[in-house]
Formats: sequence, C-alpha cells, structure tokens
Amino acid sequence: MTLPDPTASSSSHRYISNAGEDIREMLATIGVDSIDRLFDTIPDAVKLKGLLDIPGPWSEIESRRWFRGLAARNKTAADHVSFLGGGAYAHYQPAVIDQLLLRAEFLTAYTPYQPEVSQGTLQSIFEYQTHQCLLTGLDVANASLYDGSTALCEAVLLAERLTKGKKKVVLAKSIHPHYVETVRTYIQNLGLEIVEVGWGADGRIDLEELRGATADAFAVAVQSPNFLGVVEDYDAIVGATEGLTRISVIAEATSLGVLAPPGQHGFDICVGEGQAWGIPPQFGGPYVGFMVVRDALKRHMPGRLVGETVDVDGKRAYVLTLATREQHIRRGKATSNICTNEALIALAANMYLSLLGKEGLREVATQCLQKTAYLRAKLREIHSVELPFAGPVYNEFVVRTPFPAETILGDLEHEKILGGIPLGTFFDGHANDFLVAVTELNTREQIDTFVTVLSAAISRERR
Amino acid sequence: MTAIAETEVAQKDVAQKSAMEPLIFERSKKGRRGYQLPALDVPEQSLDEILPAALRREEIAHEVEVSEVDVIRHFTRLSKLNVSIDAGLYPLGSCTMKHNPRINEEIARTPGFAWSHPLQAEHQVQGNLELLWHLEQTLKEIFGLPRVTLQPVAGAHGELTGILMVHKALAKSGNARKYILIPDSAHGTNPASAAFAGYQIKELKSNSRGTVDLSTLEAAVNEDVAALMITVPNTLGVFESEIKAMADILHAKGAYLYCDGANLNSFVGIARPGDMGIDVIHSNLHKTFSTPHGGGGPGAGPVGVSESLVPFLPTPTIERREDGTFYCDFSHPDSIGRMRAFHGNFNVLVRALTYMRSMGPTGLRRIAQIAVLNANYIRARLRKTYHLPYDAPSLHEVVFSDKLQTPKDVHTLDIAKRLMDYGFHPPTIYFPLIVSGALMIEPTESEPKEELDAFCDAMIAIARECEERPELVRSAPHTTPVRRLDEARAARQPVLRWK
Amino acid sequence: MATPEDNRYAKSHEYVHLEGDVATIGITDYAQKELGDVVFVELPQVGSQLDAADELGSIESVKAVSELFSPVSGEVIEINEALADNPALVNTDPWGDGWMIRIRVTDPTEIDELMTAEEYDEYIEKESAH
Repeated sequence: MTLPDPTASSSSHRYISNAGEDIREMLATIGVDSIDRLFDTIPDAVKLKGLLDIPGPWSEIESRRWFRGLAARNKTAADHVSFLGGGAYAHYQPAVIDQLLLRAEFLTAYTPYQPEVSQGTLQSIFEYQTHQCLLTGLDVANASLYDGSTALCEAVLLAERLTKGKKKVVLAKSIHPHYVETVRTYIQNLGLEIVEVGWGADGRIDLEELRGATADAFAVAVQSPNFLGVVEDYDAIVGATEGLTRISVIAEATSLGVLAPPGQHGFDICVGEGQAWGIPPQFGGPYVGFMVVRDALKRHMPGRLVGETVDVDGKRAYVLTLATREQHIRRGKATSNICTNEALIALAANMYLSLLGKEGLREVATQCLQKTAYLRAKLREIHSVELPFAGPVYNEFVVRTPFPAETILGDLEHEKILGGIPLGTFFDGHANDFLVAVTELNTREQIDTFVTVLSAAISRERR
Repeated sequence: MTAIAETEVAQKDVAQKSAMEPLIFERSKKGRRGYQLPALDVPEQSLDEILPAALRREEIAHEVEVSEVDVIRHFTRLSKLNVSIDAGLYPLGSCTMKHNPRINEEIARTPGFAWSHPLQAEHQVQGNLELLWHLEQTLKEIFGLPRVTLQPVAGAHGELTGILMVHKALAKSGNARKYILIPDSAHGTNPASAAFAGYQIKELKSNSRGTVDLSTLEAAVNEDVAALMITVPNTLGVFESEIKAMADILHAKGAYLYCDGANLNSFVGIARPGDMGIDVIHSNLHKTFSTPHGGGGPGAGPVGVSESLVPFLPTPTIERREDGTFYCDFSHPDSIGRMRAFHGNFNVLVRALTYMRSMGPTGLRRIAQIAVLNANYIRARLRKTYHLPYDAPSLHEVVFSDKLQTPKDVHTLDIAKRLMDYGFHPPTIYFPLIVSGALMIEPTESEPKEELDAFCDAMIAIARECEERPELVRSAPHTTPVRRLDEARAARQPVLRWK
Repeated sequence: MATPEDNRYAKSHEYVHLEGDVATIGITDYAQKELGDVVFVELPQVGSQLDAADELGSIESVKAVSELFSPVSGEVIEINEALADNPALVNTDPWGDGWMIRIRVTDPTEIDELMTAEEYDEYIEKESAH
C-alpha cells in the first residue's frame, strides 16, 4: 500500500496543527525536499513499509459510542449500591473539585522545575504537605508517591538505609495483601527478608508473635484500620517493637478524621493511600500515595519536596528543594527512582482537604463510624451472621455466613447491591467471609435493604 | 512581545504584588465551612461505645475552615500563577508536552469507568477488562513485541519492572549477573531504577556524535553484564543507527537490550522497537500518548517484552477467552510479582487508548513526521545563533548550548529565565549532562508554525540581548510574579510546611 | 585566593594541611566555585578509620552532589560541627573555617603522592579548558 503524503490536506489531523503549505515552507527552511529525508538515520531494514494494523482514526462521535458501550457493560457503584472497600472507597466528591482540576493551568502544566512560572503548582503542593502533617501528626510530607502499596515499599527501603546491616522487616499479615505482594516484588533482589506476623482472635496484630519477630529486624509496618477493618492499638505495638523504625500504613485516608494520628503515638513514618480523599475508585488508579516522616528523616525521603523561600525582591515563594536526594541529580544513589508522581491527584486530594477542613473531615469520619456501627448492630440480630473479629472498627469489617461468600454476594448482586469483597481471595480458610465497607454515601435505607436482602439470601441458601 | 523585550529592569509594581495568593491556612477563619453532608440518618450511638477514646484523636489542630467561595478563589488565583501547554509552547526536551485532547477527559469520567472498583468480580467489569486487552493489543502493534504489561504507573516504574524481569530471566538461567550498562547521556531514572533492581551500573562514554560506539559497547559487554539500557533516539535526539548491531552484541553474550521509550514520539508508526532487536521497552503514556502532565503526574509506563521475557511479566495478565469474555490470569509462577496494588493507573490508560483511537494508524505516523519536522525547523532557524554541540542529525528534539553566549558572561540559566519574559516556558536546561550548559528543545507535533516562529524569534532576540545588553538577560525574568528564588536558602533552612 | 603553598592536593579537589601527624582536610576554592552554594555536608563519625581514596562523605549544593574522598589514611579525630548549621563556610572560607575533618595520619609520607600547589594549579587549568 502507498503511505499517505504528509503534505496533502487529506492527511491533516485535528491535534496536529501544521499542514500543506506550512510543511512545504518548513522543509525549504530546513533544506530537504521531503519529510522522509529527516528519517534517514533510521536504517531501512527497520523502517515500516506500511501502516500499523490498529483501529482508527475515530471521530469523537465514534469514540463516545465505543467507549461508552464498554463502560455500559460494567456493573458499578454508578448504578448499584456499593459496600465495597478493600483499599478503595466510595466517598463524597465535591462538585467544585473536578471543575478546578480541568483548569488548563493545572491539568496541562509540567513538573514545576521553573519556579517563576509554576508558583500555582508549588504553593498547592506546599499546602498539601502541610495538610498531611496535620492529619498524621508527623513533621515532613512529600508531594506524592504512586499509591499506598509503593509508598510502603519506599518506606521499607528508607528504613533499611537508616540501619545498615539488618536485613529483616516485620510486616503485619493484616496489611493489604496487594501492598505486601508489592513489597516482595520491590525487595526481591536486595537481600532483604519479610517476617509476617499474624492476627489474633480479635483481628488485631498478635502482640506475642510480634515481640518474638523483632530480632534482627530494621523496621515494622502495621496497617490501621487493617485489611480486616480492625483498628490497631498503636501504643501496644510501639511497646513491643523497641529499636525498630516504626511504619504505620493507612489505606482508608478518611479514618484520620477521627482516629489517633500515628505520629503522636510513636511512629516514625506514616505511609498510605489518599484515594479516599475524594478520588473516585477508577478501577484502581490513578490514586495517590503519601509519606510523612519525622524531621530527622527528611533528607532520606523519596519524592519531591516543596520548600518555602524568598525571591530576589524578598517576596515569599515556593520551590522544589532538597533535590539532591532525587534521581535527576543523585542518579544511581538516589533515595528513589521516582520522577513523575501523582501530582494532579494530589491536587484533587488537597482541594478535598481544604473544602472539608477541620470540621468536615471529622464529620465524614464520624458518619462512617456511626453508619458502620448501625449496620453491625443490625447484622448481629441475624441468626446465622457472624462478625468474627471483635476488635474495634472504623468503616469496614468482616462478615461471616454459613455459605461461600461468592454465593451470598451473587444473591446481593441480583438485588443491585455490590455487597462486599470475598476474603477467601486473599487468605486460605476464609471462604465464607467477606469484607463490607460503609461510607457517608450509604443511606439508612440502603443499609436496611442490605440487611434484609442478606437475611433472605441466607434463608434461601439454607433450603 | 517586543514591548516587553525592551523593558528595563523595573521594580515590582502593586498589581504584580497582589498576584500572590496567601496560603489556604492563612485564609482560614473559624466558623466558615465549605461543604455540607446529609444529616446523620441512623440512630446516633455514643462514640465511646463504638470506639474507645484512646483510639480517637482530638480535633485536627490548625486545619482549615474555609467556604467554597474561598476555595474556588484560592485555587483559581493559584492557577493563574502557572504557565501551561494550553496557553503556549512548552519546549521541554524529553517531556513531549503535546496537546492534551479533552475527549480523553470526558471518556475517563464516564461513570461506568470512574465508579468501577478494582476488586470487583470479573463478570462485573468486563468493559474494563476488554478495554485493557485492546490497549495491550494496540501497544503490541506499536512496539512490535508479543506482550505488554499495563501495571507500571510511570516511566521509572516501568524501568524497574523491565530490569526486574531481566534479573529474573537471567537468574532462572543460572546467573543473574552484576551490571547494567548505561550511557552517560541517560536520564537519571535509568541508573536509579537499575540500582533498585539490585544491579551496579557501568557508565558508557558517548562518542563525538553523542551516540555509543559499537567498539565501546563490545569492550564492555561480558558475562557479568545483564543488559544495556539506552534511550532511542538518545537524549540528544540522535537515532542510534547501529541499534541492531548493538542488540546482536548483547544477545551474543546472553545479555538484554532495554529501551527507555521516552522519545517514542520521534518514530511511532515509522519504525518499531521490536524490529530493532529491543527486548524490553517502556513507554510514557503521559508523553507520547497525550495523557495530561498534571504538574507532575499521574502517568503510566507500560512495558513491552520479547518472547523470552513473557514468563516474567507482572501478575495478573489480562486474557481473552474463546467465547469473547475477559479474565485476569494469575497463574504465572515465574512472574516478578505485582508492581503495585490493583491494576495500575486505569484511568490514565483509558485516556491513552482514547487518543490512540483518535489518531489511528495514519495519525500515529503523522505524529512522528511532524514532531521531527517541527524540531528540525527550530534547529535550522537557530543554528546560526546558538551553538550545536553535536552535529549529528537529530529527530524530534534538538540540544543547543550557551557556548556562544558565555563570553559575555550570560549562561543557559539566564537565557531560560529571559524566555519567560517573552511568554514561553523555558526548554529543559542542563540535561543531558554530557553537554555543558545544555538547552534541550522538543516542540512536539502539536505546535503550529507561527508558534515555532515566535519561539525562534524570541530566542534570536535574546541572543542579541546577550551581545548588546547582557545584564538584562542576567537579571531576568522581569515580568513573572516571582523572580530568581533563593534556592540555597530553601535547601539550607528547609521550611517544608506552614508552621 | 591563591592556592596555599603549604597544602597538598588530590585530583578529586580535596586538600590536606599536615601539622605533625594531624591532617586537616577540606575542598579547594576551585571545587567550591564549581559546586555553587553548598547546602549540606555529610561527614563521617569521629573514630572512623579511613584509607586513602576512601569515600569520607558527600557535599551537596542546590543542583549537585559530590562524593568526598580522603587523600590520606588514618583515624578521624575531629569533624567541623559548624558546617551543620552553616554549610556556606565551605564557599566563603574553604581554606580556613570551611575545613571538614581532621585525621591522625598513619603514614605522614603519604602526602608526597599528592600534588603541590603549583601542580594543582596546572591541573585545574587543564580541566577548565575542556
């Protein structure tokens, strides 16, 4: 087939400005007779003789038709009642956030390497860093990491750098299993070892087992609320882990609206996932990881840091700082390889935190607590439903029935309820258990319906 | 723009001072609120009964209380302090600041995508799985490689993924080896990623063309070398024409060829990495495939692999059954594991696939053609005014240096700052490291000729200023909201939060 | 500032000032100019043993970081605590108050391997002609 002539007007594309006459003029300025000459350094042997075999070009009309058709095949919280958690939560998203995010100056801006023309981005990162410190009780936060799982990886690697020689890191088994898997991937060639500590009958980390696991370990990481939804006792954990760098992991960021901040209870590093701060679940990404550390650790931090300074006229201004930790300067000895992070998502989280503020963050968290307590009380009234873990919870917990979780959840789905996440997917011996999460978006009516439908499903399965 | 060019160094005026916006914490006033939730509709229990006080926090000290009006004003004013691609050319080399189509934003916000949850049962998310499968097929075709993982969420993440796969493949054959070879022109993430994958780095010196000599490579490759990581074309925009021969040298010693695909914009649709002997490549969807830069992310860094590396791909992979349904395959015993929770940056992948369909095969090819045309046009217009340290033909980007301006004690940094007065974001400066005072310019294919001419006119005007009034350039910028920040102070006395 | 005659110089731009068996080590005026405004200096612990050419720490400016190498062997007996609060001393007074560590040398003749002031001046002239 003949390849299209780039100067013909039939070749024009709406995203590529230059066409026809301009192309000819530019070729003349360059001094070549065709665009093909500009590719002479690519050997003929590897040049394509024809076009790639892919669909398109589509108009917006065709794109809308096809993509919307795909989305319509999903069953999601958009058209079902959702009680899904497991590290991704459905929370209220203020309308103003998307409007602001689509402002060109935020959406299409580059990394703020040139501070004079990026004060908008830099100042908002500085504010976001501050929010994270206020919420976690620690001293220094970075601009963002990829997500909660890789943030935990970065924290483990940071802690290892602090105590040369030790090779073991203690991870609670009740940390999100995807996070633990990701840590395993990251450390596979670095000579480090994970020691997992399980949970007790109440769903909290087994303190005896924890005490026994700390020999030769450089750090311990614990998630709270953990993957089972149970809130851990920070003080007891700190008491059992003398001499280790202590990492707290937070997968449900709104929990910081009501739960004790890890920095005020002896933790050195807090990492987690900011998705719950108004970011839609989006099938897993883009999300936003966060890391906040004690002041003494700031030079070991991965990721971008924005600092305050003055300009030549004495005006307050913001700039990327302590950059010598980063890959573009330190290269092979950098604190991390991270470059592009999750800046726009961090901006959305920043806007959420600003809008809700002191009172709103507490109110969201309190509603989550109350609605969850209400659902649990009603579930306890159903004869064959068990809440197997007695520890205190925030907005998520494990439900157990006499039947396989998938069966019960299938019955709930039939009534357009996304009832939960099977725990057996992650842990052996939990085939009849599933995770249920409740947020401020779940109404009393939805919760009552959930209970009714669940009860009916169990009766039905019994026959 | 000429009026601004003739401005003398001036004091900041009141209008510009008021362009600065206080911190949101400074705007906060007790009692303001920016939200409303529905009233609690379940019977309220005592908090102490739900959750003991010892596990709860006090109020969030110093957190803000602002109205929705405050928030809109605040962020709108902040946005006006930024430059962005929607407003004009962003000639940042190696960043591919191209147009961000808005249909991508609309499609990503489709509720069926935005509200899908990553742990839902497969039958509930067939639309998503099919989308991911189609994206992989399209990237396979673009790369010319048999499989692609969509999990990595950035280029550096993709690099780590790729090198971990190489390590595992070699370990499985009995020897993971010790070194990764990296040219001195490489982006900093390359050695950082290699180090995190457990390798040591050996740096290869570039030749006078800015490329890697075959003899240099041959001397360096032995059975301790796991791979060579190169950028194609390299960070000077020069295509390594010997790429197939390089692949052969590496393969003969059982080593792999990793390609940093940051510069894919220069040859997408013209040639395919798989045909060059490349074994593993990452692509930056937030560069070549138009997903917006967002001030520093989110991105996506899918990795394509040759047949021998397929068993080591991150788990799960997305597969299609004979009946046309899709599923996640977790049965990969040799997989390097999971690179991240869930499925990667799904809604960035959605934007990228929307773009690929908007371009189609003809559009993708045109991207490379016009990107290379635009960059060479700038090169032709500026080569008499600025020094070209490397003479070799370049593709989609061009690197100049400040050598012709330094005799007047004006440097790359000054030129970059002066460009701001002309309304442009500066190009990438001081990278690649092999060029002293580098100015790396990549216009991309989006830019119309008028914008390229305006940029070149500005650069030429600045060069004249360097000759005639160098102090004007040295003290630039003059018209931005802030000027020449004290970066030493920011690093010596770090203030990283309000209060 | 003329290169002091009573020091010796390493190719990596550290200087040694030997008095008896105590060597004071810092970086040269040329080096501090190349680096730019110094923001942080990482120094070894007092009591560490160093061999000649061992990495003793690192020095950071806003845009760059360099490893520091010990020109001589011995035990670190003192480090310049003032640099923690005032790293700019390396820029303003590299030969004096900007000193970094003091070492009790194991072999005072080791400094004979290093360059004299004249040799160092020639060396940096060749380097900057690049």
